[in-house]
Parts: sequence; C-alpha cells; structure tokens
Amino acid sequence: MSSSNGHIMQIRGLKTYFPIRRGVFSRIHGWVRAVDDVDLDIPRGQTLGLVGESGCGKTTLGRTILRLIPATAGEVHFDGQSVFDANRSSLRNIRRQMQIIFQDPIGSLNPRMTIEAIVGEPLKVHRLARGRDLRQKVADLLQRVGLSSRYLNRYPHEFSGGQRQRIGIARALALEPRFIVCDEPVSSLDVSIQSQILNLLADLQDRLGLSYLFIAHNLAVVEHFSDQVAVMYLGQIVERASADALYRNPAHPYTRTLLAAVPLPDPHIRRDRVSVPDEIPPAPPAGCPFYPRCPQAQDHCRAQRPKLQEVSPGHFLACLRAK
Amino acid sequence: MTEQVTQDSEPTQLPTELTVSVWRRFRKNTPSLIALIMLILLFVVGMGYWVLHLNDVHWPADPTEPDPPSQFQSPSIQHPLGTDDLGRDVLARILLGAHVSLLIGFVAVGISVTIGVVIGSISGYFGGWIDTIIMRFVDMMMCIPTFFLILTVAALVRPSIWYIALMIGLTRWMATSRLVRAEFLTLRTVDYVQAAKATGAKHLRIIFRHILPNALPPVFVSAVLGVSGAILSEASLSYLGFGVQPPDPSWGNIIAGGKQYILDAWWLIVFPGMAIFITTLAFYLTGEGMRIALDPKETKHI
Repeated sequence: MSSSNGHIMQIRGLKTYFPIRRGVFSRIHGWVRAVDDVDLDIPRGQTLGLVGESGCGKTTLGRTILRLIPATAGEVHFDGQSVFDANRSSLRNIRRQMQIIFQDPIGSLNPRMTIEAIVGEPLKVHRLARGRDLRQKVADLLQRVGLSSRYLNRYPHEFSGGQRQRIGIARALALEPRFIVCDEPVSSLDVSIQSQILNLLADLQDRLGLSYLFIAHNLAVVEHFSDQVAVMYLGQIVERASADALYRNPAHPYTRTLLAAVPLPDPHIRRDRVSVPDEIPPAPPAGCPFYPRCPQAQDHCRAQRPKLQEVSPGHFLACLRAK
Repeated sequence: MTEQVTQDSEPTQLPTELTVSVWRRFRKNTPSLIALIMLILLFVVGMGYWVLHLNDVHWPADPTEPDPPSQFQSPSIQHPLGTDDLGRDVLARILLGAHVSLLIGFVAVGISVTIGVVIGSISGYFGGWIDTIIMRFVDMMMCIPTFFLILTVAALVRPSIWYIALMIGLTRWMATSRLVRAEFLTLRTVDYVQAAKATGAKHLRIIFRHILPNALPPVFVSAVLGVSGAILSEASLSYLGFGVQPPDPSWGNIIAGGKQYILDAWWLIVFPGMAIFITTLAFYLTGEGMRIALDPKETKHI
C-alpha cells in the first residue's frame, strides 16, 4: 500500500500506436494512436469506469496495461512493480494477480475445451492444483459465480451468453487476482442478464477486495457500477472524476454529449439535445482532439492541446475552455 | 451466493463432443456420405487385395502373370473387365492398383500436411521477420513447376511407391502452410488465446492447446481434398512411365499400357480411367462434406 498511495495500478504517459503499412514493401505510412499519452490511477479495492465511443482506444488501453499488446511508450506499475520491465518470471507472478474478462462470451472460451479445462487452466499453468484437487477447485469456482458443478464436462456451446460470461469470470478468479480488467463484460448480454452479472461482479469485489478497470460504452451501467469514471476520446483521457461528480457536473463538452445520448426511462422528459457530427473527423495535429466536433470550440482549441488538469478537488479535465 | 444461481436457461443439449455434432451434420449430406462409404469400401478392398496378392491368392486371375492365349478378351463372366495385351485380367490389375493410389495418396498428404502445419504454425504464431522469410520461401517453392521437378528426379532415381509419395508430399505442402498461417493469424488475437496469455501460459501451451486444435479442421478438409490431387499426380507420373514400373500395376500405367490399343480394346482405358475418376471424386465429395459439416455458419444441409 505504501509505495503506490492506495492505487493498485499507476499508468504514466502510456502510448500504444499501431503502424499503418502501405504498398509493396509495407512501409510504415503512419500511426494509429489508439492510446495517446494516458495518465491514470486505478484505486485499490474500487472500480474505475472507462467510457468512450467505439474505437476510442478503451480496449487497447485495457490490454496494453496487461501487456497483451506491446506499448509504444510509457510506464505501468502494478502495486509498485513495473509491468513492462518485468522479466519472464516476475511477469508470470504479476499475471497471477491481474486478469481480464472479455466482452464476447463466445470468443472468450475455447470451443474445444470443457468447462473444467477452461476454468482449471490458469491453475494448471501455475501448477497450483492437479487431478482431483483441481476438479474440486474448479467446482468451487463455478459455485462462486453461480454455476452448478454438474457442468464440468460440458462444452461452451452448450451454454447461454450469461452462463458463458460467468464461466469467463470463474476463469479470471481462478488465480485469486487482485485486479481485473472488465472489457465491456455486459455489453453483449440481455438487459436482464446484465444486472445479474453486474451484481455478481459487485458481490465478488466486496468479498475478495478486487479492483476493477471497468470498460464500457454504456454510461448508465458505468454510473451504477463505478466509484470513479474516466472519459476517453481518440486515445486520450478528457475528463476524470468521481462518478457522482462526473454525472452531476460534467465539464467536458464531449462528456456532456455522451450523457445527452443516454436514453431516459421516461418518454415524457424532454431535454436539450447536444449533437455532434456522427463521423469522427481527423483532429488537428496540434490541437484538441475533440476540436472538429466540439460545439463550443474556439480558435485556440485548434492550435493548442489541452492537458489534463485538476479543476476542482478530484475532478480532472482536459479542455481549454474550462479555465 | 447460492441464491444467485443463474436464472438463464439450462443447457438444453445433452453433453456432446464437438465431433459428434460434426458427424451428425456430415451424415445429412447424402452425396458425401455415399462418397465416404465408397472410400471405406475402396480402402478395405484395395488393401485386402494387396495382402491376398502378396500371399498368392488371386481373383479372378493373377494380375501380374502374362497369359498370352487369352489376350485382348472383351469383358465376360470369366474376365469381368476384359484382358490386356498380355492376357492379364484388367479387374485384377485395377484392384491391385488400388493400394498404390491409396498408399501414395495418404502418405504424400501425410508428409505435406505435417510440413505445412509445422511451417505454417511457426510463421503465423511468431509473425514479424520469421513470417516474412518463411512466406517468401513458400512463394519461391510455389514458383517451381512441381510436376517437372518430380519428373526430373524420377528420371534420376529408380522410382518406388515410397519415393513417389515422398516427392509428391515434398512439393505439395505450400498451400497447407499458407492455410495454417492464416488460421494462426486469426486465432492469435482471439479472446480465449488472449485469456491464456493473460494467465501466463507459455507459447507451446497456447499453440498446442488453444490455436492448433481450432486451426486444424480446415486443414483436415484440405488434406482430404489433397489426396485426390496426389492420386492424380501419381497416375500422371505412372502414365508417363516415371511412376510405378510394370509389371506392377498402377491405374496410371494400366492406361499407359493400353493407350496404343484404344480403338480395339476400349476396356483397357475406360475402366482404370473410371477408377481414377470415381476415387478422386469420392475424396473430393468427402472433403467437401467435411467442410460443410465443420463450418458452423453453413446451414444448407441441416
């Protein structure tokens, strides 16, 4: 706890660029800046919600900090340990403590492995259990996510989406991690199943003291689930605050746009729509990434890139208009 | 926690292995099912006839022993498919030739698939410059006119069945390696592979446990289709005289031996030709049926 000030994960200056190759010799033509200079702290035992539209780099960020995608620059510290500088054995050790839950309940389970093999694999990889002991542990894990141990010998295609998501959660829990990246864990589920899975995740957090990075594009889900929320746009964090503050008092024009897009359950409520062009136009190279779509943009927004700054205690904002 | 036991629907299907459901889908495809049964029959008869021949049991006559008095007989009860220029029974020669085609087909494909899977896996999994070098080598190999290479080599060494199988196998692995590479490139980024990586699984585990089992079905299909090609290659080689050497019969050299009598003794050409045609077609239909059965998106035959 000491070295990392109550943050389980510290991300500094993280960049993940993908090369665009063209032509016969596949020369590098340019870069997609999926994650562009992100600083982020993930509080211990809490949930940091990460929201943004499709393609803004949320998923890439989540996978880069787990070292599933190589980072271009920057540093990530897990509990004070550098993730990117870790050698093979310390990386293995770090990986025991941070896991991931995926969006797609079909693609995240190997169709040719039984549930026992899928959930038990992490235990096997780290030689924590084998034989009857392994089977018992897998059964316990299934129980913990609300599945019967009768299913041990079944294959993923025999389950519904919600059940598969539970299996994915059981696999993530197998190594008793302390931090889990939840990559849109409920986006592809029915609304009724969504709440079940969210309740399960919240319950597990309470009992096991887990920290989550909760990636989503649905702000309603994030509000309900997160302690803090970061808003991402074109690879950058544009606003970050406690969930309450962000929803009550959104400061960035992009955050306001996102919130205006959340459907309300009452059809009689009318509100002012904040609309922006649907297409993401190319941002000026030097200026604010949101400049081309921003309803309040001014000339200097084109020339100067805003930095994330604390505008009120705990509320960070990257917007030149805010000052 | 127990009160939260899932309310989603129970798994409805009985516990089924994936292979069982694939077989169910295959079974519904009648032409492929017939083709598969024919292949099994062909295999039993061809191999059985070979074993009997080695033990000097012959039916309807000895396929390798000339019998000048009965040359050029048209099909009859005694010789159902007629006799050739040396009086040998054509049916007996075709039946003995079956094992040549089958052995060469399977051995050649076995060799080419093994090479293709190993090379394609390495290329697709590790990517980068390893992939570039391997794939340029594959391109190079594909530029070599395979058939003429085999002809050249066959002219230099005395060809046995195993030599021919080896040569065909060594020159046919490129397509497989490309297929496997493509599968690996796709599967490498799939979530369950990422999940295995996130738990700290090693390369070998990821390759053999997660990627390869899911990459193999299309390879399996192309292997079965490849047997047709290998059988045709052997027949062509033998027809040109660079394959199986007389007096041992193979479908290709039976046709080669009969070609000068084509106007007088049609049965010397037509029956071995039909044997080649039916066999390759059967392999093709079986492979095609497997492809459809293994493709979860194909619903045509369900």
